Amino acid sequence: MAQTLAPPGDLYFGWMGVVALILAAGIVAWTAQIWWGMGMAGKRTPEMWAMYITTFVFWIGIGHAGTLISAILYLFRARWRTSIYRGAEAMTVFAVMTAGLFPLIHAGRMWFAYWLLPYPNQRYLWPNFRSPLVWDVFAISTYLTISVVFFSVGLFPDIAALRDMSTGSKKRIYSILALGWEGSDSQWRHYQRAYGLLAALATPLVLSVHSVVSWDFAMALVPGWHSTLFAPFFVDGAIFSGFAMVLVLIIPMRHFFRLQPYLTDRHLDAMAKLILVTSLVLTYFYVCEAFTAWYSGEHFEKASMFARATRQYAWAFWLQYFCNSLVPLVLFKKRARTHTPTLYVVSLFVLVGMWFERFNIIVPGLAHDFYPYTWGTYIPTVTDTTIIIASFAWFFILFLAFIRVLPAVSIVEVKETLAPPFKTRRAGH
Amino acid sequence: MSTQVLGVFAHVDTIVDAILRLKAGGYRDLTVYTPVPVHEILDTLEVERPLSRVRLFTLVGALSGTTLGFFLTIYSALRFGQVTGGKPIVSIPPYVVIAFELTILLGGLATLLGMLVLARIPRLTPSVAYDPRFTRDKFGVAVACALGQVQSVRDILAATGAEEVRS
Repeated sequence: MAQTLAPPGDLYFGWMGVVALILAAGIVAWTAQIWWGMGMAGKRTPEMWAMYITTFVFWIGIGHAGTLISAILYLFRARWRTSIYRGAEAMTVFAVMTAGLFPLIHAGRMWFAYWLLPYPNQRYLWPNFRSPLVWDVFAISTYLTISVVFFSVGLFPDIAALRDMSTGSKKRIYSILALGWEGSDSQWRHYQRAYGLLAALATPLVLSVHSVVSWDFAMALVPGWHSTLFAPFFVDGAIFSGFAMVLVLIIPMRHFFRLQPYLTDRHLDAMAKLILVTSLVLTYFYVCEAFTAWYSGEHFEKASMFARATRQYAWAFWLQYFCNSLVPLVLFKKRARTHTPTLYVVSLFVLVGMWFERFNIIVPGLAHDFYPYTWGTYIPTVTDTTIIIASFAWFFILFLAFIRVLPAVSIVEVKETLAPPFKTRRAGH
Repeated sequence: MSTQVLGVFAHVDTIVDAILRLKAGGYRDLTVYTPVPVHEILDTLEVERPLSRVRLFTLVGALSGTTLGFFLTIYSALRFGQVTGGKPIVSIPPYVVIAFELTILLGGLATLLGMLVLARIPRLTPSVAYDPRFTRDKFGVAVACALGQVQSVRDILAATGAEEVRS
């Protein structure tokens, strides 16, 4: 299982170089935006949220599958999670780290970001705790902290195993990171209890995070946003896109590191089924969304929905339905669920579709609200497009570094699923 | 004077047998090393131990989070005292979100702290009996005993099938 940690080949460094270049382009674009102002990102009324917030919501959503796999499936004792949960958890941490950049990029003067935090100051100013944007600060920072804690707690025993396998300077680094883990009975006793409790805390957290993100929209009066449907709608979409990203990361990992014995067809099948279920639920929400707009009898709701389906962003609207509701139906076929190229393509469609879903909520929503004089069309610029593409590079650079230095498949948990060695088989065991 | 005897085992059933026999012989101070948590072994040891107190840390942390969340929001609203949107100055529903997030945040951090404190990590030097094989595929039991009892412990360990016994 430690084969992912072997010295990497040219292919690895090649990919690392490509993503590093894209990331560098993104840094240049961000610098330009800070230097010349937010106009560089195509921000003008009414499109003040545009693609940065779209991408923020997208990345937060990606993180959800990781916590679902590591916490919820742990509580349900779903054994197939063991070989994928480490990669999925790392994905969560990196996705939230990526997402967290966007409010800062979007806010322009990101050196004042600390104004969002409640701290005593001489002007007695506090954040407005009634604002969903402040809830977001709390939700996202809690989510990042708890994900990091959960991820690192899961790593201690594995790093200890690596420490005992390695030599030289690697051994010294792993020794520090393992915090002196020995696997004694008292350590395991408290460890298991703590792990269970963290899973129990992370479960309501993961459901709350995307609900809070959805309230950024649902609390506003903008037609198409002001809906009680949003929280479950966002959570389901998040899990859907998150699983697609897990597959996008895990299928190549399985291929290049020959992890087929650990990441079997059964795992792919289980994840494909989850993608299919969440896709069907999402389709239901799409129907509800359109139905509510029509049935509300509310002029602005209906007009907003109609504009989304027919006006300048109609292509994005129909693309979303195609990617999220139609393409995943392929997974009804059992062969498609274990055929890696098909799964990979479906996952990519899902990721595109889910990005456009958030785009369709934010951009056409703002483009067509109550008064014709506030209508407008948003045109992407080179700056914001580069920054968004670079966010993928940032995410992949973190993930590529991770698979090199830490065990991408949990050593301890995979050992746990194997039968423990018995000298004599006891009856009934 | 007391010392430690270590037995290294390759199988779960042999080490469980050894633990039971050591306990029957009156040796209470056992430290068992396993590469993965094996419930057969942990169950044998847990019989007379109370449940891990990590949950106490979690409870206290989570409740402090809830309290802090409501205190922070209510205190700052009263301090500022500005009516917005015709809503009461202290409007509880939105504050529930903050209190919930802080409950989880402090609960989680307290759980981590509890685990570190109770399991005595980080530890700077490995314990005397520790062997690198214990993170790979071997099980170990370290028995604390008086100098005079070393031979009898060695006998028990050898008789139950220890691959290696050292003191």
